[in-house]
Amino acid sequence: MSRLNDTNVKLAREIIARYPRPKSALIPLLHLSQEQNGYITREAMQHLGELVGVTSAEVYGTASFYEMFKFEPVGKYLINICGTMSCALMGAEELMHHAEKKLGVRAGGTTQDGMFTLAHAECQAACTEAPTLQVNYRYRLRVTPADLDNLIDNLKAGKLNDEFPAHGVLAKVRQTIPAERAVGAKAPEDVTESPAWLDGKAAL
Amino acid sequence: MSKTYVHAPGFVAGDRPKIVTSRFEFADSFTLERYLATDGYKGLRAALARPANEIHEDVKSATVLGRGGAGFPAGTKWGLTPQQVWPRYLVVNGDESEPGTYKDRLLMERDPHQLIEGCLIACYAAGLSQCFLYIRGEMALAQERVATALNEAYAAGYVGKNILGSKFSVDIILHWGAGAYVVGEETALIESLEGNRGMPRLKPPFFPAANGLYGQPTIVNNVETLANLPWLLCNGVAAYTAIGTKTSPGTRMVAVSGHVKRPGVYEIINGTTTFRDLIYGQEFCGGIRNDNALKTFVPGGGSAPWFTPDQLDLPFEASQVGPAGSMLGSGAVMVMDETTDIPAAALTLTHFYAHESCGKCTPCREGGTWLERILRRVVDGNGTDADLQQLLEVGAMICPGAFPHAANEKLGLTAVPFPYKMTTICFVGPSAFAPVHSALTLFRSEFEARVKKRVTIPVTAVGVSA
Repeated sequence: MSRLNDTNVKLAREIIARYPRPKSALIPLLHLSQEQNGYITREAMQHLGELVGVTSAEVYGTASFYEMFKFEPVGKYLINICGTMSCALMGAEELMHHAEKKLGVRAGGTTQDGMFTLAHAECQAACTEAPTLQVNYRYRLRVTPADLDNLIDNLKAGKLNDEFPAHGVLAKVRQTIPAERAVGAKAPEDVTESPAWLDGKAAL
Repeated sequence: MSKTYVHAPGFVAGDRPKIVTSRFEFADSFTLERYLATDGYKGLRAALARPANEIHEDVKSATVLGRGGAGFPAGTKWGLTPQQVWPRYLVVNGDESEPGTYKDRLLMERDPHQLIEGCLIACYAAGLSQCFLYIRGEMALAQERVATALNEAYAAGYVGKNILGSKFSVDIILHWGAGAYVVGEETALIESLEGNRGMPRLKPPFFPAANGLYGQPTIVNNVETLANLPWLLCNGVAAYTAIGTKTSPGTRMVAVSGHVKRPGVYEIINGTTTFRDLIYGQEFCGGIRNDNALKTFVPGGGSAPWFTPDQLDLPFEASQVGPAGSMLGSGAVMVMDETTDIPAAALTLTHFYAHESCGKCTPCREGGTWLERILRRVVDGNGTDADLQQLLEVGAMICPGAFPHAANEKLGLTAVPFPYKMTTICFVGPSAFAPVHSALTLFRSEFEARVKKRVTIPVTAVGVSA
């Protein structure tokens, strides 16, 4: 079940073909797997290993380095509250306390209904709009406790489904390269000549 | 819901020159239609009409400085790649995550075609056969906008095979990150792009220009650096160098956050704009909130040592900010007013770097963690005098020579050699120490007021040697 489904396998092969070496596709494929299942399972890592030609241990080695990959189920909405300097200066800690009270879980926890996971986050690159939070990696800026209450109520009521897809879905638009326009990736050892537009001259 | 998503530049648009943010005022700035209506892809056409090496000469003579943090000129960086080694790659560093910094995200969300055009110009000039656009995982909107723009550009013939009917062919591959600050370091970025844990590589031998992605020559450029190229090609070197100073030409984007009246991202003139202009100027931040007094500010992202109000008149010029003991870094100013709890503020940054340490180098992995623990103890009111000393001693193991080791209170706290010497491969380790060092140097009394005045027992008193 947690192997990639047929549609996603097709997509995965397309993504792998864009890279000179298959293993480069691993992080995009882990995202794809997380999008399908909500988190990364053992079976999924086994399957991704088969697709890019490495062991599942190597897949886990890569995946476990990165904050965004989850190895157990998280809430439908992952609420990351930024706590790095600019946000801290503008009241991030109070916001986190408020969120903990509102949701009834501590940072790092998931609500019993499986709707929300609350987490501390590091700098979200929106420092001038502090304090900030992300719901499934989509921003809310200059968030007041009242804003947060509203946001959570609206998420619960399903009013924001368009703006915030379930956890795992990252970008709603994917890159697609039309076959007739693609240059195609070659393994580095298969490229021996200078690019055509240089007419054999040195580049620099 | 929260406030409208309004960003500078342009609280007072005025006559400030705009190179990379010229389209931000349009609501549809990210569409191909708007891009083409505002000189879009003209720089690419201009480049394709000339031989590749001339374009490289242009970038060199315009001294387009890298905007990622180190400030190394892009043209020189390209020139470091060995001749006649193929294939060679372009890796675009869009893994922006330095505390206080954001400009690349805006450039990707608001003007993705400008970035794509910049990538194409770089690939053409430096003979790069494939481009990987590495975007930070947490930036879902940026990924959507860039993906949409790439799809449009492929369909319209700007990217891919035989671009605009020429011999120039290159693929631009959108790649996703997955949440790791250290991947912003160029060799770690390459590791990550190869599908591995994003840990920095040792330099030498892994200088990306010679031995980068898959062991091939690789140019790693920041998003903002590349976004400058279309304008440069359209308007020429003379127009570019006419803005700013000789050593820092053009403009740069700076995010000013913290306790100012109008925090925002501003495109400022390089080299001449001062921190005072930026923090107090009416066309920029307009002063400190509630007209409070300025206590201190971070001039160049979380890794940079802090400045005090007497350094406000320094301009955005590396040759002046460097000797003053800090760096311009990635264009991020974080402002703290008189109400700021300095030890707690320093803790947020030290926590960040300790948390983001990849674990490869022991001084950073262990040292960063210890700095955070000790500092947290002090902030929580459980620290002792000895803890302040300990902070500096742990720091000295990450940045040797930052002060004379094992000295006492006097501890050489005046001399701050910057850049720090480091016992780690990359800058994450020293970055954990920078806020501690700055805060302790500038505001030691705040730490002293915090620690419990416990009597510390000298080690010799409990050992047999006494």
